[in-house]
Amino acid sequence: MKWTRRDVLKGLGGLPIVGGIWWAGAANSLLDSKERNEILEQLNIQPSLPSHVPSIGGDPIRVGIIGFGIRGEQLCRALGYATKEWLNNMKEAAEKNPNHSALKDFQNQAKLNVNLVAVCDVFDVRAERVVDSFSTDDIKVVRYRTYQELIKSGNIDAVIIATPDHWHATMAIEALNNRVSAYVEKPMTHTIEETYRLKEATEKSSAHLMIGHQHRQTLSFKTAQDIVEKGTLGHVSMIQTNTNRNDDNGAWNYHIHEKASEQTIDWEQFLGTAPKIPFNKNHFFRWRKWWAYGSGLSGDLLSHDYDRLNCVLNMGIPESISASGGIYTHIDGRNVPDVLQVNMEFPNFSTGSSQKQGKEKGMTFIYSATLGNGFNRPTILMGHDGTMELGNKLTIWPDGRSTKYADMLKVGKMKPSTPIYQYNPGANVPDAISSATSQYFADKGLMWTYINGARVDSTFLHLREWLSVVKNGGKLSCGIKEGFDEAITAHMTGLSYKLGRRIEWDKENKLIKPIEGINFDEVLLSNS
Amino acid sequence: MFGILKKWELKHSVVLMRIFIGWHFIYEGIVKLYDPDWTSFGYLVSAQGPFKPMFLSLASESLIGTIDILNMTALIVVGITLILGVYEKLGAFIGIGLLALYYLAHPSFPWLMQVKVEGNYWFINKNLIELVACMIIFQFPTGKYFGLDIFFKKNKNTIKTA
Repeated sequence: MKWTRRDVLKGLGGLPIVGGIWWAGAANSLLDSKERNEILEQLNIQPSLPSHVPSIGGDPIRVGIIGFGIRGEQLCRALGYATKEWLNNMKEAAEKNPNHSALKDFQNQAKLNVNLVAVCDVFDVRAERVVDSFSTDDIKVVRYRTYQELIKSGNIDAVIIATPDHWHATMAIEALNNRVSAYVEKPMTHTIEETYRLKEATEKSSAHLMIGHQHRQTLSFKTAQDIVEKGTLGHVSMIQTNTNRNDDNGAWNYHIHEKASEQTIDWEQFLGTAPKIPFNKNHFFRWRKWWAYGSGLSGDLLSHDYDRLNCVLNMGIPESISASGGIYTHIDGRNVPDVLQVNMEFPNFSTGSSQKQGKEKGMTFIYSATLGNGFNRPTILMGHDGTMELGNKLTIWPDGRSTKYADMLKVGKMKPSTPIYQYNPGANVPDAISSATSQYFADKGLMWTYINGARVDSTFLHLREWLSVVKNGGKLSCGIKEGFDEAITAHMTGLSYKLGRRIEWDKENKLIKPIEGINFDEVLLSNS
Repeated sequence: MFGILKKWELKHSVVLMRIFIGWHFIYEGIVKLYDPDWTSFGYLVSAQGPFKPMFLSLASESLIGTIDILNMTALIVVGITLILGVYEKLGAFIGIGLLALYYLAHPSFPWLMQVKVEGNYWFINKNLIELVACMIIFQFPTGKYFGLDIFFKKNKNTIKTA
């Protein structure tokens, strides 16, 4: 037991190193966490948890589907019904690429207490696919030739309407008048007159109308509501939201089925109130390209972006809209624009102010779209105190000249280039001042929402909410009020583009300010 | 000058390497220990490569708490053993295991997207290099030159000679 001084030094030399590093690590970590908490406390943002939906008990809800095209098929999958073809394709895809999780996600999706019992589609191939794929030993899916027969059959409690736009309101009104609840895809209506008629029918009916803006289920948007309400961004004077697509599918040039013919498609029923023209496959499968059946960028895509923001800000219908654009990227016989720029004015809207009273009021909402470039321009809310990027995840940066954060900016606790808040519903902790982990994670853009550890798609959540209200009553997150705002805004945009002039909303009388000599609905429907 | 260099042997370099690696590990562990919001969740769910499913399953709600504690503890244990020069073979062994997991979660394969890496790597990255360094420490323990093992060694000698 003889140790020299040298032995002791060499033996215990590691101890001060361990002590020093321990102290440094703890101090740095605690300081970071203290600064982060200070900011989080000041922001006081409550990240949203998935909302509780009362369960759909009792007998299964009997659901019918009208329109089994691209969206109709997606909606059925969200209900728990996938076609044999899709299941086989996804199985093959998963065998080729283990990361392909569509099949697994579908299988993991919670089962809804519903029976799909009825279908109406004017294309035989699609209607038969529903009957073949979804009929079971106990329940045979019945095909109805017309939507009226389906709705009045007495065999359904609820109906999903995934048809071209020009059929939405007519079918939804028929359903509501027959006390059948309806889930209708966006845009809610095709004309202004229909919008009011559908509103009236919904208010009179005991059945429930849900508009298919599934974004309302995205957890980040619910959190964004809280952020804006707490004045985190200060007065938001500008919003910028965009559509960027650069492919045939994105430009609505959908696949034309090889079996499509006058024998397999009920062309007269497809046309309905649209101008009578001879059978045209291009119009049938790619109807979004013509005003007669669809509403182009304003009804198909602006409606989503507008509703996302209306969900966060609840700003209602803009007081005026100016839109311009053209057919610049797909000159293929379509008559809806493929490039569109829309300015919506909300001169009396405010998200609150950190400056002296009366200095700030009013907001411009810019929607800008092109079908000829796919660069991802994010949705940005620009406030005096901060900027928020809104997507599946949320990021907030303080503004360098913010009044609210002036003190923290001055001492360097906040920097304009560093996010002060990041939220991703896939991560289990909110994170102020992005740590390496959360930054890393955020950069990956994990797109799904986790509920009890399972990946869930928002359409499923939206349908579940609707079905729960059908069974238990309650409030829908995208009912007639939200649908009315969305439809009027889309129609005002269409009018402004077509007329080349500013369209104004009369807030008091709840109508679009008339322009002498112009019938708005005729303009909207006209193929020019 | 060359006199010093002559005295500087392989064991001295290995001691330095051992302490630096220990330093790296323990600091990573301590920073996580004192950050209440830290979690390996993001790292695990963004895993890539052939072992992705395994890392994803570790990120499940029931496991993630345990995984976080295990990771933190292992980092600190490796750090302490390597710096203090005691049970350093065990420390190096755990270090090899941890680094292998980190590498496999985000391997530097050219066909995978490299996210948040500060350099350019082709199969070999710094995790793998540190792993090999831990192998050297495992094969060439130096605690008896600089570290608590000096006392154990003396003890053993004392017992032997007594």
